[in-house]
Amino acid sequence: MENTKKALSSIPLLKTKAGPRDVDLWPQRLKEEYQSLIQYVQNNKAADNDWFRLESNKEGTKWFGKCWVFQNQLKYEFDIEFDIPVTFPSTAPEIALPELDGKTAKMYRGGKICLSDHFKPLWARNVPKFGISHALALGLGPWLAVEIPDLISKGVIQYKEKE
Amino acid sequence: MSLEDVENIKKRIENFKKTLMELTEAPVMTETAEHKVREMSAEVVDSNPYSRLMALQRMGIVKNYEDIRKYTVVVVGVGGVGSVTAEMLTRCGIGKLILFDYDKVELANMNRLFYQPSQAGLSKVTAASMTLTKINPDVKIETYNTNITLTTQFEEFLNVLKTGGINGERVDLVLSCVDNYEARMTINTACNELGLKWFESGVSENAVCGHIQYIVPGESACFACAPPLVVASDIDEKTLKKDGVCAASLPTTMGVVAGLLVQNTLKKLLGFGTVSWYLGYNALSDFFPSMMIKPNPNCSDNFCLKQQSEFKNRVKEEPECTNVDPLEDVVTHENNEWGISLAEDEPIVSNNITELVETETSKTENVNKNNSIKSEEEYLSLNDGIEFAYQSGDQTAPNEESLVKETELSVDDLREQLSLL
Repeated sequence: MENTKKALSSIPLLKTKAGPRDVDLWPQRLKEEYQSLIQYVQNNKAADNDWFRLESNKEGTKWFGKCWVFQNQLKYEFDIEFDIPVTFPSTAPEIALPELDGKTAKMYRGGKICLSDHFKPLWARNVPKFGISHALALGLGPWLAVEIPDLISKGVIQYKEKE
Repeated sequence: MSLEDVENIKKRIENFKKTLMELTEAPVMTETAEHKVREMSAEVVDSNPYSRLMALQRMGIVKNYEDIRKYTVVVVGVGGVGSVTAEMLTRCGIGKLILFDYDKVELANMNRLFYQPSQAGLSKVTAASMTLTKINPDVKIETYNTNITLTTQFEEFLNVLKTGGINGERVDLVLSCVDNYEARMTINTACNELGLKWFESGVSENAVCGHIQYIVPGESACFACAPPLVVASDIDEKTLKKDGVCAASLPTTMGVVAGLLVQNTLKKLLGFGTVSWYLGYNALSDFFPSMMIKPNPNCSDNFCLKQQSEFKNRVKEEPECTNVDPLEDVVTHENNEWGISLAEDEPIVSNNITELVETETSKTENVNKNNSIKSEEEYLSLNDGIEFAYQSGDQTAPNEESLVKETELSVDDLREQLSLL
């Protein structure tokens, strides 16, 4: 929890309230999203806690990448994907790990992760300051930390050798 | 042949079966085919499906029941609440129903009403359309198997709202029966832009509370005006066990909410009774709190602000609001009522109940005297039994240090920089 707080406070906040339908301002928001993500990845690397990579399509409306968790010196890697919703940034992106769809109850259709009751209120209170980095740090990060060790211990996910 | 091949073939057979089922059972709906509609007869005979509905007119409850044929209602989300809502409207003989959903029927849905195990695997809109057409072939049904929150599909959604009416006009009413904040905000955005009236509905994740909310852009609070309004369940969040589960659901709560939703839809469309602005349902104490909430003059949705000023002008020009739309009459008068309708509706949930009622009354009077909302605090005062899903945000600007810096780099430069990390 302390780590999450520290990581969170060092992620740059965003300024522009614009979604993909806002043709004029969206490029500016997209720039801020990238800047924030770049800083977040650099922070993670510096803290020896590198745990994801993300990229987007040209319009910045579809995002995809990978995240990983270490457990007993083994690296478990998962594909991430999500869309930027029409109402972004008033509503947060719904992050999905499609390959885990159906493997845990803590997921909605299509592999969207089921976030804690605290996430959405926190996001709503921080519009438009929070961006994709914050959704990862507050949403996906804590979800992985709780769910993946549990799924491994239940044998639902197995370690795969790198091909 | 490996075991995997056999599995794949089995899957393909299953898919073919489903396709065959869709093709043979789905209603043949071509744009050119003339949609035949039976006469809505008032004759009281066993063979007349409309006799009991037309009786509403004979009894003087409804002025002209057949008006229902003129209306087009959009149901977004045909799950536990939406499917039942669609069935009720179909049985009532609504003119046209437009259904939106991107989900499939699953066996895990069988604790709710409407869908059948044999429909598992079908898209919800296809399964619903098949059943509804069998129930009442007079109702024109249009389906969209799409996720409206995606930027690629939102424009289509807007277009359907603008032109989906029986004669290509805008639709009459949108009913939100979705299960998530993102989709509700999407509907809110669309309806604010178009000035379309809509009902929000919802059931809590613990399945024991629900609500409906009538939103008239500019006149009542939109979904972005304040944090979502929910019914207080009086369950301590900390004692609610959420290990290994996302949401619970009951056919009962969903049936009640669908009933309240369609009841108010009928009242709105056919112009009888009063339409509730916000009506909650607490299943644990059988308490139904209600209230009206005005638009937030500081709403974050610009189209909501625009609708608010247009509404103010309309009221100025036509203080009685009588010749805008005769159906609106009922709703406008309700403005003066506010709050709790009957004293005995109060829940027995608190020891200091009298105190609560007292403060409530004074609060209601306060708001009633003022036509405009003066303070944020006053704006955010709610009737007993209703609360915000969470506290609204602080609007203090963050310090410059914590913000992203100005940059000369282009989007493409930054994209590349990220990919090289």
